[in-house]
Amino acid sequence: MIKTHIVPLLDVVRETHDTTTYRFRADIGGEPGQFVMVWIPRQDELPMALSYLGPVKGVTVRVYGDATEAFTSFRPGQRIGIRGPYGNSFRLEGERVLAVAGGVGMASLIAPIEAFSHQGARVTTALGARSAKDLLFVDRAQSAGEVHVATDDGSRGFHGFVPSLSDRLMDRHTFDQVVTCGPERMMKLVVDSALKRNLKVHASVERYMKCGIGICDACALDDRLVCADGPVFSGEALAASEDFGRWRRDKSGRRIPV
Amino acid sequence: MVDLETDVAGLHLWNPTMLASGFLDETGGSLLRVYREGAGAVVTKSIGPEAREGYPNPTIVELDVGMLNAVGLPNPGISEYEREVKLALKGGAIVVGSVYGKDPPEYARVAASMASYGVQAIELNLSCPHAKGLGTEIAQSEEAVQEFTRAVKDAVHVPVFSKLSPNVSDIAAFGKAAERGGADGIVAINTVKAMTVSPELKMPVLANKYGGLSGPAIRPIGVKAVYDLYEAVDVPVVGVGGIETGRDALEYIMAGASAVQVRTGIVARGTGVFESIKKEIASLLEEVGLASVTEAVGVAHD
Repeated sequence: MIKTHIVPLLDVVRETHDTTTYRFRADIGGEPGQFVMVWIPRQDELPMALSYLGPVKGVTVRVYGDATEAFTSFRPGQRIGIRGPYGNSFRLEGERVLAVAGGVGMASLIAPIEAFSHQGARVTTALGARSAKDLLFVDRAQSAGEVHVATDDGSRGFHGFVPSLSDRLMDRHTFDQVVTCGPERMMKLVVDSALKRNLKVHASVERYMKCGIGICDACALDDRLVCADGPVFSGEALAASEDFGRWRRDKSGRRIPV
Repeated sequence: MVDLETDVAGLHLWNPTMLASGFLDETGGSLLRVYREGAGAVVTKSIGPEAREGYPNPTIVELDVGMLNAVGLPNPGISEYEREVKLALKGGAIVVGSVYGKDPPEYARVAASMASYGVQAIELNLSCPHAKGLGTEIAQSEEAVQEFTRAVKDAVHVPVFSKLSPNVSDIAAFGKAAERGGADGIVAINTVKAMTVSPELKMPVLANKYGGLSGPAIRPIGVKAVYDLYEAVDVPVVGVGGIETGRDALEYIMAGASAVQVRTGIVARGTGVFESIKKEIASLLEEVGLASVTEAVGVAHD
């Protein structure tokens, strides 16, 4: 018997012009920041962060290739495979949290933002995107706390990159902890900036994966594995990493620039 | 104190556990980590002449009886892999370089490069059960096993181990063929051809449809193969297939294996599996009144 849960989709929600949430019922548990391997039949199997926890779970994914494109044509009732949840999670450390999300990185951060808020923390979210139309889960983040928006084109909120916005927030307010997810170079800026201010910081790192369970070595980050030792890493671990912000592996295992 | 040291055709190991080819061995960082966590040696991912992406996902399926995979030999190619091997060697690891190719000259060329990076031995993947044109056919022909082994043996000066497929009627005959080709050791077994189907989706789960089964389900198959090979050949045998505990390892050792390889066991017990197996071997050997691993090799034979 396979250990993959084959589940029907309950609903498919278009979040932005290129990003969709798929919801399903699976009795598999799940902590904020953890991911599942999602088998899109006849297409691919991909790691995706849980954007909804609870009995009805969800993943939110941006179209970035054939499989994620084909996935958008799936309708409620169609079946997908889910295994996991895998990896570690974001843990609340303190009372005031700054969450810095870039683009679809918000899909990984929204569950911890909501969880931390439920646990009584004051959560401030700095949410960045290319343009206003790319902003993800603004309403959900607003229900969990304060939200500051940055767009590259200035179509909404702060005109510029989200690390500049989060730097301002770190300068003006006191935080106990910073959590971040987004493009790796963006995260590197946020991690370096938080460390410079002696703030606890954790980032969720993304890598190509085959197995999700710590054996195939495709997601190696130095001598760690993003699937099993991560995806959440401490700022200190990332600052000491030779790969973070610089190198990743392609499907063949070749070391290529991030 | 039980003596865990062993020797496989001149490859000296402080303990009989090795990381089997395929898992945690695409990068130098991971190879070194596994070595430092207790493996006596680490075998690399099977490396070919050029970079290869492997198959689309799903490539790995967890089953209640073990693990099914059709990863499709992804690897960065022998030139790119130099960095990874050297990183592991520089850290002090004992590295066995696993290689594949499409014909004897290609195998020999990749093996020669691998050896030039400094690996302590070469393992020939003669038996990947799911990569078309790369190993499957070789594994089914005694002549090919002999010929491929000979080509590599003539190209390198380190010990050469031929890894055999269980998907044949008489594995001992293939062991003899490898021995005729000059193999310094035999590694058995590779994964067993297998498939799983999702009734809900009415299709095989692996993108490649079929793959290789590993884990506890194949252990008795591997033990029998090693037992038969031990009787058939004079060179040492390395046992692999479903080893998760020291007890499992001793089954293979007593059936005739000079060392054992562990792969899917990492899923069940983490990378600490090597250290655990070492302790379990030592305590079980003591219990049955044997002072060393080498004394235990082949004792199951009359």
